[in-house]
Amino acid sequence: MKETPLSACERTFLLKAVEEKKRLDGRQTYDYRNIRITFGTDYGCCTVSLGKTRVLAQVSCELVPPKDSRPTEGIVFFNLELSPMASPAFQPNRQSELLVTLNRQLERCLRNSKCIDTESLCVVSGEKVWQIRVDVHVLNHDGNLMDAASIAAISALSHFRRPDVAIQGRDITIFSPEERDPVALSIYHMPICVSFAFFQQGTYLLVDPCEKEEQVTDGLLVIAMNKHREICSIQSSGGIMLLKDQVLRCSKIASVKVSEITDLINKALENDKRVRKEGGRFGFAESMPKERITALKRDEAPVEMTGVQEMAEEFLSKGEAAPEVVSSPVIVATGTGQLGEGVQSTWGLEEEDEEDECQGEMDKEEKKKKKAEKDEVMVISDSEEEEVVVLNPEAPKSKGKRPKH
Amino acid sequence: MAGLELLSDQGYRLDGRRAAELRKLQARMGVFAQADGSAYLEQGNTKALAVVYGPHEVRGSRSRTLHDRAVINCQYSMATFSTAERKRRPHGDRKSSEMSLHLKQTFEAAVLTQLYPRSQIDIYVKILQSDGGNYSACVNAATLALVDAGIPMRDYVCACTAGFVEDTPLADLCHAEESGGGTTLALALLPRSESIALVQMDARLHQDHLDPLMEAAMTACKGLSKVLDSVVRQHLQEVSVQTRE
Repeated sequence: MKETPLSACERTFLLKAVEEKKRLDGRQTYDYRNIRITFGTDYGCCTVSLGKTRVLAQVSCELVPPKDSRPTEGIVFFNLELSPMASPAFQPNRQSELLVTLNRQLERCLRNSKCIDTESLCVVSGEKVWQIRVDVHVLNHDGNLMDAASIAAISALSHFRRPDVAIQGRDITIFSPEERDPVALSIYHMPICVSFAFFQQGTYLLVDPCEKEEQVTDGLLVIAMNKHREICSIQSSGGIMLLKDQVLRCSKIASVKVSEITDLINKALENDKRVRKEGGRFGFAESMPKERITALKRDEAPVEMTGVQEMAEEFLSKGEAAPEVVSSPVIVATGTGQLGEGVQSTWGLEEEDEEDECQGEMDKEEKKKKKAEKDEVMVISDSEEEEVVVLNPEAPKSKGKRPKH
Repeated sequence: MAGLELLSDQGYRLDGRRAAELRKLQARMGVFAQADGSAYLEQGNTKALAVVYGPHEVRGSRSRTLHDRAVINCQYSMATFSTAERKRRPHGDRKSSEMSLHLKQTFEAAVLTQLYPRSQIDIYVKILQSDGGNYSACVNAATLALVDAGIPMRDYVCACTAGFVEDTPLADLCHAEESGGGTTLALALLPRSESIALVQMDARLHQDHLDPLMEAAMTACKGLSKVLDSVVRQHLQEVSVQTRE
């Protein structure tokens, strides 16, 4: 199924709203939606919800022989999947443009920025290294998948613990979590993507576009940064013309946003660690104790809603009552009536005309038939029946009858 | 920087260039008769071939047709012999499909697609030899091919890479400089309006250094645009001489 296209009026409405610096969910131009980071019971499992967008990341590891070109480095593998469950527009097993962009951007943001110490993942040089696999699944698509995916991936990576290993001679022993505490990965910095949507050839820009805004945007600019104000990747897409100043301005906004998000991730990690230490309940089950995990769960709208009803009632009481109009139906032709003002109805009249025409044609046809089947016509044709045909609104009946005679 | 000294104390790079110096650019237009437009371009040791077909009716699935502008279809491939290690798949892997996508986005921004509603423009680019700056060589070659095909564009699209070593921006990186793991910025510019059709950056760079790096890349792009312009003019002169005879 293809994505449902926006209607023209929805599109103009959204663009108008962008022009007036207003957003559908009451946010400001540079505001993010609510970010929630929750960790699973297992190490390396993390869900991130960004407004209604939800993304799940799971990190796993295994011992593999290293690549020939880098015998002393572990392997980090990223895979992002768009399951059809997230949006009807996603088709399974298809390399869509969006999938390629997201995967590459995630790789670029996290692997090329060298945020993970791959050398510490080496067990025996040239023989055995850890392969870290990060699977990111999109659970619900409401725009800005890139930011949600990058937050989920880096949080899951920092939450992950790999089993401890010991080497004695040529033997490698892997300890279970009961025997020895698992080891955290060494992460140098946390790159986080921030997406900017541009409208009207770059005149207006929005941070964290939701799905509707993404549909009307001219193009996107994704900047990945860490809290040390280092840019880890920049990528523009969508065929927009940017100016250098715009890119620089975006990088400044990104640095602010990234430091906020990094704090949030660190807080979530600390919280999880504390709860685990205290032996309290943790994992998804604890993080959503009372809420139902259904679409019925609704976040509070950030728009000011108090006193709306009073205001509406005030408007109603102030406003003048609608003038009472006594309507008298006008009958144009039999079976039709006209109520109220407007252009005079010509329905009944037209219909009659059409009927006449139809019957005119019918007559012609019949005459033709008569000529063709002269013998029979002599028997059947009487002028009375002809007249009945003209008056009868259901002309075809008479036609059907004919062969019987 | 992986043991390699990318910039010597005297200010020379690995291949003897200065920091802001470009590699030698050579190009020819109209190399194939069959295609509507074609070009061959060498940027140092990077060699690219670009072919343009169109605008023509949309082929394949009709549903891709756009009622208000032309569809741009790009395919990027690398010859199996283009790199030091023989490539197994010339196209279709993640990296090359990403590259195709980037080329498409670049030219969607630059070509006046609204002049050709319900039609399609095909751009096929092949890297014959890869020595850094594949994306920029592809963009420059494709620009020349589009000019050869007579497809209207806002301006030349010039692309160039830039790196950042020891507080100095380097223009037009070669493979050794690119693979060192340092910062690489690829930028496609429309030089007359100074608007950026595509920007892409890898690896870490402090925010304060972004401005000089982009400035260096943009200057390099403007330099390239002059070379491309002279190639086009020379080609036109040659063609006009031929037709007169």
